[in-house]
Amino acid sequence: MNSIKRFFIEISQYPSAVIGLVMIFALIVFSIYTVFAIPYNEAISLWRGDENVWYKTPRTAQPKWMNWFLKDDLPETLSFNTADGQGTKTEEFSNDTNKIFISIPFDYNSKFFPQELAVYFTSKFKTKEPFVSIKVITPNGDEIRVGSFAVGRTHTYRFSQDPKLQRRLKGNSPEQGIFMDLTSEVEQVVAVPGRYELQIEGVGFEQDSTVDAEFVLYGQVYGWAGTDHRRRDISIALMWGAPIALMFGLLSALGTSITTMLIAAIGTWYGGWVDEIIQRITEVNIILPFLSILIMIGTFYSRSLWVMLAAVIALGIFGAGIKSFRAVFMQIKESAYVEAARAYGASNWRIIMQYLVPRIIPLLIPQLVALIPANVFLEASLNLFNLGDPVLPTWGKLIYDAVVVNAALLQGQYYWVLEPAFILLITGLSFAMVGFSMDRIFNPRLRGV
Amino acid sequence: MAETTLQPSSLPVVEKKKKSESAILRVAKYMGVRLLSMGFAVVVALYLTILIANMGGYVDEIRRGQIREDIQQFVRNDPSLKQLTGTQRTKLIEDRIVIAEKSLGLDKPFVVRSFAFLWDAVTLNLGFAEFMNADNGSRSVKEIVLERLPSTLLLLGATNVILFFATLFVALALSRHYGSWLDRFIVATSPMSAAPAWFYGIFVIVIFAAFLHWLPFGGMVDAPPPQNKIEYALSVLKHMILPMLALALNGVAFAIYQNRTFFLIYSSEDYVEMAKAKGLTTRDVERKYILRPTLPANITNFAFTLVFVVGGAPIFEGVFNWRGLGFTAVAASGLFDTPVIVGTTVIFAYLLAITVFLLDFVYALVDPRVKIGSESVNP
Repeated sequence: MNSIKRFFIEISQYPSAVIGLVMIFALIVFSIYTVFAIPYNEAISLWRGDENVWYKTPRTAQPKWMNWFLKDDLPETLSFNTADGQGTKTEEFSNDTNKIFISIPFDYNSKFFPQELAVYFTSKFKTKEPFVSIKVITPNGDEIRVGSFAVGRTHTYRFSQDPKLQRRLKGNSPEQGIFMDLTSEVEQVVAVPGRYELQIEGVGFEQDSTVDAEFVLYGQVYGWAGTDHRRRDISIALMWGAPIALMFGLLSALGTSITTMLIAAIGTWYGGWVDEIIQRITEVNIILPFLSILIMIGTFYSRSLWVMLAAVIALGIFGAGIKSFRAVFMQIKESAYVEAARAYGASNWRIIMQYLVPRIIPLLIPQLVALIPANVFLEASLNLFNLGDPVLPTWGKLIYDAVVVNAALLQGQYYWVLEPAFILLITGLSFAMVGFSMDRIFNPRLRGV
Repeated sequence: MAETTLQPSSLPVVEKKKKSESAILRVAKYMGVRLLSMGFAVVVALYLTILIANMGGYVDEIRRGQIREDIQQFVRNDPSLKQLTGTQRTKLIEDRIVIAEKSLGLDKPFVVRSFAFLWDAVTLNLGFAEFMNADNGSRSVKEIVLERLPSTLLLLGATNVILFFATLFVALALSRHYGSWLDRFIVATSPMSAAPAWFYGIFVIVIFAAFLHWLPFGGMVDAPPPQNKIEYALSVLKHMILPMLALALNGVAFAIYQNRTFFLIYSSEDYVEMAKAKGLTTRDVERKYILRPTLPANITNFAFTLVFVVGGAPIFEGVFNWRGLGFTAVAASGLFDTPVIVGTTVIFAYLLAITVFLLDFVYALVDPRVKIGSESVNP
C-alpha cells in the first residue's frame, strides 16, 4: 500500500505523467459511459445499419461545430414527422373522399443550400391509393409547385430525383432552386434565409384513408461528429472505438510483455539448451514477415478482433524484448541473494518466480505502458489493410473508410479523418507520457536525467 | 520501448582472463557457431514463411481449382471441340488439367514442393511471381524487388541516415545544456514517437497538401514525369518533403531524448570527471570519453535501422503512395503472390543475419574491451 502511495507522490513530480494519467482516466470514463449509453448490440446494429436506419441523416455531413469557424453557417438537418405531431395536419371527410391538408413551416437560416430534400409518406387505405400534391411557399410568398402523385403504403419522394421539378425551377437542381431567388436578374447562388412552408394536399378515396408525411431537409452539418458516406453518425464509431482500442491495447500489451518476461526469466535461469532454443526462436520470429502473416490470417481465416489479438500476441511473445529482459536477468542471476537462495535449496521455479521476476517488474511496467499505444495504433493500422473486424466500429475503420475507400482528403472532408486521428493521438500520447515518466522513476540509470 | 536501447546492455562485460585456446582458434570456433546458428534461424524462418505464405498447401488447392475452372471454361467455349461427346470432353479436360498441373509442379505433394521452395529461397533463386510484375513487364521476383528497392532506399534510407546523424549531434549538444528549455521541450515531446509515421503522414497531408496546396499528396514524381533530369530530381525531392516530415515528427524527439539520456549517463562516469579534472577540452572529452563508449550501441542502432529500412514500411508507403518494397510485400500478401512474399522475406532475412554476424566484429573493432568469442559477448 505504501509503495503505491510513494509511487503516486513520485509520479506527481512529472507534469507530463499527471496530464497523461488524467487523460487515461478521462478515456476510461468515456469508454464506460459509451458502453452504457450505447449498448454493444445497439452499436453494432446501428453501425451495420443501412439506409433504412440512417434515412434521416445527410451523407458525409460535417460536424455541427464547424459552424463556429465559418462566417456563414451551414444548414443543419431538419426533420418533421406528422405522425409524431410535428407540423399541422387537418382532415375533412365529405363525398366519399378524405381531404388531408399538411403544413410544415420551417425556418431556414443559412446562405448555403441543403444537401437534399425528401418526403417519406406512409398511408392507410384498403384498395385505392391516396393522391398527394406538394407545394413550397418561399419567404417572399411565392408558391413553388413540387409534384403530385399517388402514394402507396410507403412512398419516398426525393426532390432531386424529379426531372419535371428541375425543369420548373429553370434547370436548377431542386435543393438549390427552391431556396434561391429565381426572379432575380443577377446570377444568385446563395440561398434566401427565412420562413418556408411545405404544404401537402392529399386526397384519400376511402373514409379511413389517410396520409402521414415525414419531411427531411438534409443539411450540410450533423451532430457533434458528422456523418460518413453511408449516412452513419461518426460519433458511434468514435465512442465505441475507445473501449475497443483500450481493450486491444491493454490485453495485447499484457499478453506479450508478461509472457516475454517469463520466457526470458526461464531461459536465463536454466541456461544451456533451453536458453539456446529461446534465442533461436526469437531470431526466427524477428525474420518472419509480421504484416504479411497477419494479412494471410485475415484473408484466409478470420478478421475478428479476437483472432487478430491472438495473432499479435503470439507473434509478439518472442520479440526483441526478450533480449533486453535477458540482459537484465543475467545481472540479477549473478547477484548474491540468488546465490543464497540456491544455497538454502530453493527450487528453480521458486527462484524464478520469487527472486528473478519481482526484480524486473520496475522495468516491465513502463515497457508495458509504452506497448499499449503501439498496439492501439497497430489495431488502427490493421484496418488500413482492411484487416479490421468486419463488425465492430473502430477508429481505424473510420480512417480506412475515409482515406482508403472514399479519398476524403482529396474531397476536403477533413473532419472524417481528423476526428479519429485526433482521438487516437490523444490515447497514444497519454499512455506514452505516463510510460516515459514511469521509466524515469523506475529505471535507476535514468534517475535524475 | 525506451529502455531497450537506453540500457547499454549490448556492452559486453570485460572479459576475465582465460588462458586456453589461441585467439585465432577461438575466433574461428566462435564464427563457426555463430554462422551455424544464424543460418539455422534463416532457414527455419524461411521455411515457416513458405508454409504460411502457402497456407500449408491451401494455396495449391486454390490454384488447382482455378486451373480446373479455366480449362473447363476454355473447352466449353472452344467451337472446334463442340462435336465431342460428353465422355470425350471430360477426358480431354482431365488430360489438360494433368498437363497444366504438371507444368506448375502441382502434381507433387506440397511437402516435397515446400522443400524445393526452401532450397530455391536459400540459394537466392527467387523465381517468378504469380500475378505481379515489374514495370518492364518482367515476372521475375528479383527484378520486381530490384525495381522497388531504390525507391525505398531513397526515401526511408536517406531520411533515416539524416535523422540518425542529426539526432546524434543535437543530442550531444543537448546533453551539454541539460535542463535548458530546449532539453525540457525534447523530453516533453518524446512521447510523440508513440504514434507511427504513417499517422503523422495523414496530418501533414491534410495540412500541406489538402489545405495549403503547397506540396503533392503522394506519389514519387509529377504526373507527366519531367523529361529534364534536373527537373525530374527536383520533382522527386518535392514529393519526398512530406514523407520525410512525417518520419521526422515520429522519430526526432524520441531519438534525441534517447541519445541525450545515453550521453548523460556516460558523462557522469568517473573517468569523464577525471578527464575534465585533467583539463581536457570539452571537444576532447566528448569525442574520446563520451562518444567512444556509446559507439557500439549507436552502430547497432544504425545497422538495424538500415536493415529494417529494407523490411520496408508498408503502411507508410501506402499512405504516401510510394511504391517501395513494403508496399510491394503487402500487395503481394493481398494477391497471395507467394513467390514475392517469400522473395522479400529472403532478402530481409539474409541482410538481418549478415548484419548481426558482422556487428560482433564491429564491436571488437571499436571497443577494445570486447573479445570475439568470449563468454558474454552477446547478451
